[in-house]
Amino acid sequence: MLKKVLFSAAAVGLLFGAGTNGAVAAGGSDYGYKMAHPDWSFMGISGTYDPNAMRRGYQVYREVCSACHAMDQIAFRHLGDPGGPFHYEAYPNPNDNPYVKAIAADWTVEDLDPESGDVVERVGIPADPFPPIYPNPAAARASNGGAYPPDLSVMVKARSGGADYVYNLLTAYDAPKPADVKLTPGVYWNPVMDGGKIAMKAPLIEGILEYPVVTVDDHGESKEIAVEATVEQMAADVTHFLAWSADPKLEERKRAGFAVMAYLSLLTLLFFLSYKRVWKNVEH
Amino acid sequence: MAGPSTYEPKYAATKWVDQRLPIIRMGSDFMVYPSPRNLNYWYTFGAILALILVSQIITGVILGMHYVASVDQAFDSVQRIRRDVPYGWLMQSMHAVGASMFFLAVYMHMFRGLYYGSYKAPRELLWIIGVLMYLIMMATAFLGYTLPWGQMSFWGATVITGFFGAIPVVGQGLQEWLLGGYAVSNATLTRFYSLHFVLPFILVGLTALHVWGLHHAGQNNPIGVTPKTKKDTLAFHPYYTVKDAFAVGVFLLIFAFFIFYQPDALGHADNYIKADPLLTPAHIVPEWYFLPFYAILRAVPDKLGGILLMFGAIAVLFILPWLDTSKVRSMRFRPIAKWFFAIFIVNAFVLGWVGAEVPDDIAVPFGTNAEGNATGMSFYRLGQITTAYYFLYFLIILPFVGLIERPKPRPASITQSVLGEAEARRSAKADKEPVVVPGGLAPAE
Amino acid sequence: MAEIAVTNDETLDDEGKRDFIFLATGAAAALGGAALVWPFVAQMGKAADTLALGSIEINVSNIPVGSQLKTLWRGKPVFVRHRTAEEIAAAEAVDVAGLPDPATDASRLMPNGEGVLRPEILVMVGVCTHFGCIPVGEAGDYDGWYCPCHGSHYDTSGRIRKGPAPANMLVPTYSWTSADVIKVG
Repeated sequence: MLKKVLFSAAAVGLLFGAGTNGAVAAGGSDYGYKMAHPDWSFMGISGTYDPNAMRRGYQVYREVCSACHAMDQIAFRHLGDPGGPFHYEAYPNPNDNPYVKAIAADWTVEDLDPESGDVVERVGIPADPFPPIYPNPAAARASNGGAYPPDLSVMVKARSGGADYVYNLLTAYDAPKPADVKLTPGVYWNPVMDGGKIAMKAPLIEGILEYPVVTVDDHGESKEIAVEATVEQMAADVTHFLAWSADPKLEERKRAGFAVMAYLSLLTLLFFLSYKRVWKNVEH
Repeated sequence: MAGPSTYEPKYAATKWVDQRLPIIRMGSDFMVYPSPRNLNYWYTFGAILALILVSQIITGVILGMHYVASVDQAFDSVQRIRRDVPYGWLMQSMHAVGASMFFLAVYMHMFRGLYYGSYKAPRELLWIIGVLMYLIMMATAFLGYTLPWGQMSFWGATVITGFFGAIPVVGQGLQEWLLGGYAVSNATLTRFYSLHFVLPFILVGLTALHVWGLHHAGQNNPIGVTPKTKKDTLAFHPYYTVKDAFAVGVFLLIFAFFIFYQPDALGHADNYIKADPLLTPAHIVPEWYFLPFYAILRAVPDKLGGILLMFGAIAVLFILPWLDTSKVRSMRFRPIAKWFFAIFIVNAFVLGWVGAEVPDDIAVPFGTNAEGNATGMSFYRLGQITTAYYFLYFLIILPFVGLIERPKPRPASITQSVLGEAEARRSAKADKEPVVVPGGLAPAE
Repeated sequence: MAEIAVTNDETLDDEGKRDFIFLATGAAAALGGAALVWPFVAQMGKAADTLALGSIEINVSNIPVGSQLKTLWRGKPVFVRHRTAEEIAAAEAVDVAGLPDPATDASRLMPNGEGVLRPEILVMVGVCTHFGCIPVGEAGDYDGWYCPCHGSHYDTSGRIRKGPAPANMLVPTYSWTSADVIKVG
């Protein structure tokens, strides 16, 4: 009995150590680059997403990354879902959410004209998925020197290291290139990238965009938040947004988890007490 | 272990049913079944396994309502389940984590069998059915893993179906027949879906045979001494129903922890990348529960040799009842065998570790070479050593140790081991009623 | 301890004494079981992407007079017809009492933001109320719609006039979100 409990505790402890949100990078990348481990608000058993960070992150995606990278697993309406960047209590249905509608209208999507059958372009509506950036992978490669800009919807889950990996990839471009490494044109040095060579030029540059001043309600009083768009800030924000897009159910999952673990602990205790009662005075 | 059924239908309705189909009788007999009174928590994994099988089937059928088995839509349909289907994220997590929990429980269940000699007479067939169930579990898990159509799904399928290509003469034809094409493709995905759906129901049938066989031969117990009197046993309900319930509760806590807090920890990040037939992942690794066999596969340089060795590792389990020569069931009383078993367990973990790593990497570093790089024992070498021990244990050690070992004296009965000598003598006088063993098999000892 | 000779039968006391702990455990297990059922039942409900397409917005200013826009809404066809003055007049002139499914033309229209009806725009679910075929427009004895499957005739307001269909063509819930845009559903 004790053995069993110890074993389970060991198993749990082993994997708890890996962090409660995806895999965390071991510490250093292959080329001696020291990985940063930002204190993400969504880590831990009660972690949540920061809506302001996600909104800034969406802006970074829209203004910088969407030039080449698609996000085909999410639709505009997902932005308005609970836990998402543009969720507001006043609009429980994301399809009615004016922010979501405005964001969708900011994109052009392809559709078929029912009369002529031709492919036409129209503005997006919340129900539309984020449109592809290129018509097909071959076109994507042709526009990017043979390299394919991967879809970012689940990028944070598609790399061991998760959010830390994405953040460090974006901020590691400054790392000095070793003298013995030769780079062909169109390839850049990034120690976080597997192999050290990446076909994407440093996407985040100081001054590439500006964050608008945001008014928030802080315990009843209006506060203005002005965030400076440094490379680290933009990297952290877009990573935050991509973490949400990879795992939009995180908050719901952790909330349910708390209730389930509490209930199961109580139930297991009751089973234990029943067991003791049944086996009282029985030699075994 | 069970004598004639003691069920008496109490109502006219239940009597009517009992005369036509004794299903209530079967349930009642199950509840009063005399189980050894000394079963410990290692014996709860059977119930846990049954629970997970039911959970996997229910969540699997539900996922089947939303999943689309087509190379263009498979990945997207899984994402849709996680994002848009109400509680889809929960169904998918339960199913994926459940597969890992299934294997965790089955390994504990098998280790219990190895330690307490549950595969020995008269339970050889029970063990063999069990190994067959394990094989079907492995097939089901492999087929299921291909369905999300991620990079690991695709390339894992390519590697495993490639095994068949290694068979001389018929290999290539057989592989292409299995694949339905020249390589893993849509034809492969659709048939893997169909097979993944059907195998669990075969598993249900085998479970019924397994439990029937168990109830016929009677349960083993930690001291391996067959129950002789009624005092050696307790009714399954409420003693073991409540003990199983408590074990299930602890198990569910572990299950829930992974589902709600670490849903991807037991999987692989590469499976979040859509399958690309033109790009092989840097390291193709199977799920953790296959890692020991993966290590065995890579332990020999020859492709066909590795494949035969890997299947041999499972085949050897089928003949285990005849490999172990000891007349004593439980390793509690086998001082030498116990230590070899302990090494076997550690060896299994190391095999798993080796399976996860790159063969050329250094496992145990000692010293540096001329360039200043660490040298030492490679994972390849470590894999060979651990594979050798795995086969040594079953093919040499168990047969040999059984013959030369001097076992410790076993208690005369379960009651004696539980209550002590004096009480056993007292109760033996008072209660002369022996336990009836159907089939007329005498207790082994 | 040695005196306790317990067997299967003696361990638990009489049936009548139900220990509180067993009651509590049973209740907890039952409650948990019931709570567990909900997600499994709910997952068969409409998924978020289905719900998103549950309402559509249509710009009616593109529809020429005397023609009909046919589009898909919740898996069924929706007719948005820009009626001519003659069609509106004919619809309003009908004696409602004599209809198989009495309804005034006005009752089949939704007012816009200012509470004003726009009788030139008629919105209906284009499914015959008999057995579900799609009626043909500008056909039939009443210059409205005609269902070829079993010969139901609808008038210019989409009301059943002749034939086996029991009810008028359904007007879906719609609202005017702006001067030219209706949101159906």
